[in-house]
Amino acid sequence: MATIAELEKVCTQVRRDIVRMVHAVNSGHPGGSLGCTEYLVALYFEIMNHQPEKFNMDGQGEDLFFLSNGHISPVFYSVLSRSGYFPVKELATFRKLDSRLQGHPTTHEGLPGVRVASGSLGQGLSVAIGAATAKKLNKDNSIVYSLHGDGELQEGQIWEAAMYAAAKKVDNIISTIDLNGQQIDGSTDNVLAMGDLKAKWEAFGWDVLSMNGNNLAEVVETLNNAKKHTGKGKPVMIIMKTEMGHGVDFMMGSHKWHGVAPNDEQLAQALKQNAETLGDY
Amino acid sequence: MKKYTYTEKKDTRSGFGAGLSELGKKNPNVVALCADLTGSLKMDAFAKEHPERFFQVGIAEANMIGIAAGLTIGGKIPFTGTFANFSTGRVYDQIRQSVAYSGKNVKICASHAGLTLGEDGATHQILEDIGLMKMLPGMVVINPCDYNQTKAATIAIADHDGPVYLRFGRPTVPNFSPADQKFEIGKAWVLNEGTDVSIFATGHLVWKAIEAGEQLAAQGISADIINIHTIKPLDAAAVIASAKKTGCVVTAEEHQMNGGLGDSIAQLLARELPTPLEMVAVNDSFGESGTPDQLMTKYGLDTVNILNAVKKVMSRKSVIVS
Repeated sequence: MATIAELEKVCTQVRRDIVRMVHAVNSGHPGGSLGCTEYLVALYFEIMNHQPEKFNMDGQGEDLFFLSNGHISPVFYSVLSRSGYFPVKELATFRKLDSRLQGHPTTHEGLPGVRVASGSLGQGLSVAIGAATAKKLNKDNSIVYSLHGDGELQEGQIWEAAMYAAAKKVDNIISTIDLNGQQIDGSTDNVLAMGDLKAKWEAFGWDVLSMNGNNLAEVVETLNNAKKHTGKGKPVMIIMKTEMGHGVDFMMGSHKWHGVAPNDEQLAQALKQNAETLGDY
Repeated sequence: MKKYTYTEKKDTRSGFGAGLSELGKKNPNVVALCADLTGSLKMDAFAKEHPERFFQVGIAEANMIGIAAGLTIGGKIPFTGTFANFSTGRVYDQIRQSVAYSGKNVKICASHAGLTLGEDGATHQILEDIGLMKMLPGMVVINPCDYNQTKAATIAIADHDGPVYLRFGRPTVPNFSPADQKFEIGKAWVLNEGTDVSIFATGHLVWKAIEAGEQLAAQGISADIINIHTIKPLDAAAVIASAKKTGCVVTAEEHQMNGGLGDSIAQLLARELPTPLEMVAVNDSFGESGTPDQLMTKYGLDTVNILNAVKKVMSRKSVIVS
């Protein structure tokens, strides 16, 4: 078991990776990536039972993770590489020609750790439910995790999947919503207010937990607690409050850094706030 | 003209149901999903025999495609079932991203394709599905001709590792292909060897092509008749060999001209062996309510339309030759 201090170090390095990756190609999505850093680090370095060095698509006997909001690929790629799925130096190829690190995650180029393409929103929950169902058929007691943006909940397919998972008692899935309140055109409340999400998911028959996604200790504790909620006939949803751009002061709390890369000066400022802990790629 | 006979007419969707049931017994990894059309798709047998491997998803096709993609992770071979319209256009992006681009081993099985769905009308009569599916990289597209061939194709696609679109229909049509046939993806079936004209047909139009061939033979015209059950990958060698032999081509399908079998063959021949070609297909139009036979007549997909196309294309051949 890693200590919170050790996980914090990973988070700091992951944040450096994120801003350096998007800066290098002047494209990508730093805001949501920074906000979900604690969650993904906790999942891959503490919570999930998985085999990074021996990646295989079926992942039988392993916990699986599906990133439905594929645009936060920078944090996903950094965490995958830092946990051993592929060489860290490959992060330098992000969004470049002939790379396995496509703008949005895909299986197409064979990047270890990715099990489905995502980016077109709203599809990942259905896929995660399918994978969880396969685990049940295979008598595999592992857990399937998925992450979704809050704006992504505006896609209708999410609610088809929500209805299905509860009706069919898919209780080996722990999904999480990144509730950062922002989407491309502004705040989710201004674009299309979604009301009381806890009440909505509960009404759909899910067991709903909540956490502050930028408090690492709370994330680890809640995810451990969520495991205890599996196997009880209900799918589990964690509503995770985060701050977009967390860890880089000038990016925090604004939708403006959803899909914009920092310039040279801004990069230097961001790196100053996140010390190199594990070695830059 | 080689003689083809049948003892009964059967619907191709029942061939799918029978094939799925047989697959269920021999392959424990085969699972099936349906969006509230179990009876229409003839999936009841599988659902009854393997309730633990049958997933009723309700009227939620997008979710069905996503769940199917997820089920492959863990080694399952999912067969999804709904009408062709809801199997393709309705869920195009789900198929594109979660299945095709992700390289998932999902079999998208689609009934009630084309005009022969009949009275329900154009909302349900998709005539664009072959085009939509064949444009997706890596997608195999199959449109078998009768009950026996649909059953054989259903069984065969479980052994193909990758996404497949299997298209079949609602009406009963002559069941003339051998019950014990071995279905080979991408391998055209030469029904009759001829020298004057090539007729490439798929799905329900294959039997009409045979009927046309018999009438042509009576008029002294020898037709090469080929069942293209796999539109993608197209059996290019068979198409080119036939076109080279006859010098003119008719294609026949229950689909739009745009994006269908005729389109694939025209592309191939334009590149490899420019040949006069006529298409029997729906010409940029939606369907409407009516009986299947009435609709096939009104929209020009009958035996007589194949005959007329043959005459036209043969006259074009002679113009080019002279």
